[in-house]
Amino acid sequence: MVFKLNNLLLSRIASGNGHGEDSPYFEGWKAYDSNPHHLTENPNGVIQMGLAENQLCFDLIQDWLKNNPKASICTPEGVNEFREVALFQDYHGLPEFRNAVAKFMEKVRGNKVTFDPDRIVMNGGATGAHETIAFCLADPGEAFLVPTPYYPGFDRDLRWRTGVKLIPVDSESSNNFKVTREALENAYEMAKLDNIKVKGLLITNPSNPLGTMLDRETLRSIVSFINEKNIHLVCDEIYAATVFSQPDFISIAEILQEDIECNLDLVHIVYSLSKDMGFPGLRVGIIYSYNDAVVSCARKMSSFGLVSSQTQHMIASMLSDDEFVGKFIRKSKRRLAARHRVFTYGLAQVSIKCLTTSNAGLFLWMDLSGLLEEKTFEAEMALWRVIIHEVKLNVSPGCSFHCPEPGWFRVCFANMDDQTMQVALSRIRTFVNKDVDTKKPKKTLRWQGSLKLNSPRIYDDFINSPHSPIPQSPLVRART
Amino acid sequence: MAIEIEQPSVGLSKVAVSETHGEDSPYFAGWKAYDEDPYDESSNPSGVIQMGLAENQVSFDLLEEYLEQHSEASSWGKGSPGFRENALFQDYHGLESFRQAMAGFMEQIRGGRAKFDPDRVVLTAGATAANELLTFILANPGDALLVPTPYYPGFDRDLRWRTGAKIVPIHCDISNNFQITTQALEAAYEGAVAMNINVRGVLITNPSNPLGATIQRSVLEEILDFSTRKNIHLVSDEIYSGSTFSSSEFISIAEILEARGYKDSERVHIVYSLSKDLGLPGFRVGTIYSYNDKVVTTARRMSSFTLISSQTQHLLASMLSNKKFTEKYIKENRERLRKRYEMIIQGLRNAGIECLKGNAGLFCWMNLSPLLETPTREGEVALWKSILHEVKLNISPGSSCHCSEPGWFRVCFANMSEETLEVALKRIHNFMEQRKTARR
Repeated sequence: MVFKLNNLLLSRIASGNGHGEDSPYFEGWKAYDSNPHHLTENPNGVIQMGLAENQLCFDLIQDWLKNNPKASICTPEGVNEFREVALFQDYHGLPEFRNAVAKFMEKVRGNKVTFDPDRIVMNGGATGAHETIAFCLADPGEAFLVPTPYYPGFDRDLRWRTGVKLIPVDSESSNNFKVTREALENAYEMAKLDNIKVKGLLITNPSNPLGTMLDRETLRSIVSFINEKNIHLVCDEIYAATVFSQPDFISIAEILQEDIECNLDLVHIVYSLSKDMGFPGLRVGIIYSYNDAVVSCARKMSSFGLVSSQTQHMIASMLSDDEFVGKFIRKSKRRLAARHRVFTYGLAQVSIKCLTTSNAGLFLWMDLSGLLEEKTFEAEMALWRVIIHEVKLNVSPGCSFHCPEPGWFRVCFANMDDQTMQVALSRIRTFVNKDVDTKKPKKTLRWQGSLKLNSPRIYDDFINSPHSPIPQSPLVRART
Repeated sequence: MAIEIEQPSVGLSKVAVSETHGEDSPYFAGWKAYDEDPYDESSNPSGVIQMGLAENQVSFDLLEEYLEQHSEASSWGKGSPGFRENALFQDYHGLESFRQAMAGFMEQIRGGRAKFDPDRVVLTAGATAANELLTFILANPGDALLVPTPYYPGFDRDLRWRTGAKIVPIHCDISNNFQITTQALEAAYEGAVAMNINVRGVLITNPSNPLGATIQRSVLEEILDFSTRKNIHLVSDEIYSGSTFSSSEFISIAEILEARGYKDSERVHIVYSLSKDLGLPGFRVGTIYSYNDKVVTTARRMSSFTLISSQTQHLLASMLSNKKFTEKYIKENRERLRKRYEMIIQGLRNAGIECLKGNAGLFCWMNLSPLLETPTREGEVALWKSILHEVKLNISPGSSCHCSEPGWFRVCFANMSEETLEVALKRIHNFMEQRKTARR
């Protein structure tokens, strides 16, 4: 069926590019989609290292499912609950689901905090949760502060249909991209000068893409900052269970239990099972708010993105199995730690450093600034194209995360098997050694292909803004 | 423990504090009365019977039977290796097998009289999300959609709350059985223009909720012509298409388009869901089917906020691609709904109550205007309250559906057993008898 194009207007939201798909973050995925690596069928294909998925523990899940057929409403053992579950569309969610999620969240935080199941609100994944929270807290034109570098999806999730703005809070590699009070204050003041009303601060802890956690001091400073300015604090803790080595994860919930002054109505947590459990397809997003009005409003809005009752039922059953949950969390951490070790070691062997403070997440924050022709984002993009097309790895360039300094790349390591990981490492080794051996100027390596950068304006604005002189990163060792 | 600071609370958004979520309407107040005192055959025989919830519970045995016979195909119970791939699948295109199954199912419901391309099927978590999403795409804040009255109360929230769009009613009345006329369409449009409101589209529900009747072919043609004349969009919510009592009586906008050779079809978008026809509201399965490429692409991107659980897509892909099963289900479901409808119509007639002639849906549109103290909205609400508290039936007053004529009520009949329906009919009968005696 071919339909003639008519002059029918769509909304401004529909006609714009707020969907964010023109960012390089997604360009790389397209390169992967058209030539995906497969160990046997396509060994020279592009290896996907731009997707932060957790695929390390499915064996545990599958065992559990095999032993718990009642968790599914499709099995002979579970079908007697089919009708009740299929009819259940109450936006409060199945009580057993909320209880199980609350308990799981507590366990992930070492049982150092408690969560009230009545404050748990479902959403269509963390994607839906973020958009809903933005709808609840801010009017069109108002803004959230977001420390850089940050997850590219935020540009769409928090801004597209809501009309809310995002204001970056800068960071520096010289102190491992920490969130500083000074940077927060600066960003807030700049917004004021631009007549933009700041409604809140959004932090991701553990951080995507850094894979680091906020320490106690920083968290306390953030709490004091938002109270002083009387703005909201949204904490995305989607990677909470991926903290694989010391120090332990400190949730904002823990800080609130300490001796600290805070208006609880300002604090909200976003969570999901997509990363910790590896279930992105199930669309289990959670808003946990300490603010009654926000709980009530978000709950009503959740009508637009409820979790399938079939999924709620299964998750409720799985996450109330204490023994299983404990085992899962432990094993997952161990496997992530092992992957992280192998990868960082493999990279170190060719003198590539990653952020040393990283002890969480499904990725590494890799410093390739030493390989740049010049310390610019254009050079970063040029290097990125080489990595995609010659090295055949889809990694994510730092500029797509609004990183203030060029040369950083996010590399995911938990979405593949061991063999593929070794292939990826050997490709990197080959590339770096070749680059060192040939003393040819890097210009010859620049790939002049058709991978166009169709950057949205905000991205252009960002990379063209004045930067402070970029210090030589101490993390890059001299290559000789 | 955090020392709580008392501060003037930092504002939430305007959207958050507005009342457009619509939960203060009597439509929902009746539900609360039911929740506090729910009828149960044995444990609470004098409780409130819920007749305000348009659920389809008459055909679950067919679904359960399917699952029992096909548990391998639809479950992971045996540790099927498919779980991993499925749990990872978050592509907003949706499972191809599921889209194909949905397209095929929609074709079957329309007796093969319209074809659906699986690549135009966009998946959303329920029709609630689909309607909101379409509104975000078709209208800017302040723009309006024309909606015929009476209409589903949820539209006030779904179409307006977060989108900032307006609803301008197309007034329909009993003089022609609440059918939509070109006159009414034009009047609504002109009214909007006079208020400086930009009209972006017409949204119809076919079969209609709350009328429980399909829209006639000639009326559909008129509505499509009107939309073309004004160069606006046409959204057809066909969520009850599989709940028509006889297959031939439902005419989809898709059929009209096919007959016209798809000329000028980019303005048309269909909303569907499995919540009513299959009785699966908890699974959150909605779709947008658009004849407009840009709308399909944009809707797909927006569906990121409201994807269907891949686990549910997998189950339903398996179920709905079993053509033998779906054919049997569709036929049997129609028949059972028809029987229920006839049972309630007869029972109401015996009590001296007439309803609009219906041929679809999970409810009937009951006329209690002769019982009103005053032919006003207040009179209707007073009658509704007495039915709720004395007769202990939760039915939906027409005013919550924006009906311009007082005295009409929507009464659901498919969300209970036959026995419970008998009890409800008996109560109505007694109520009417008492009123007759009181009048003498």
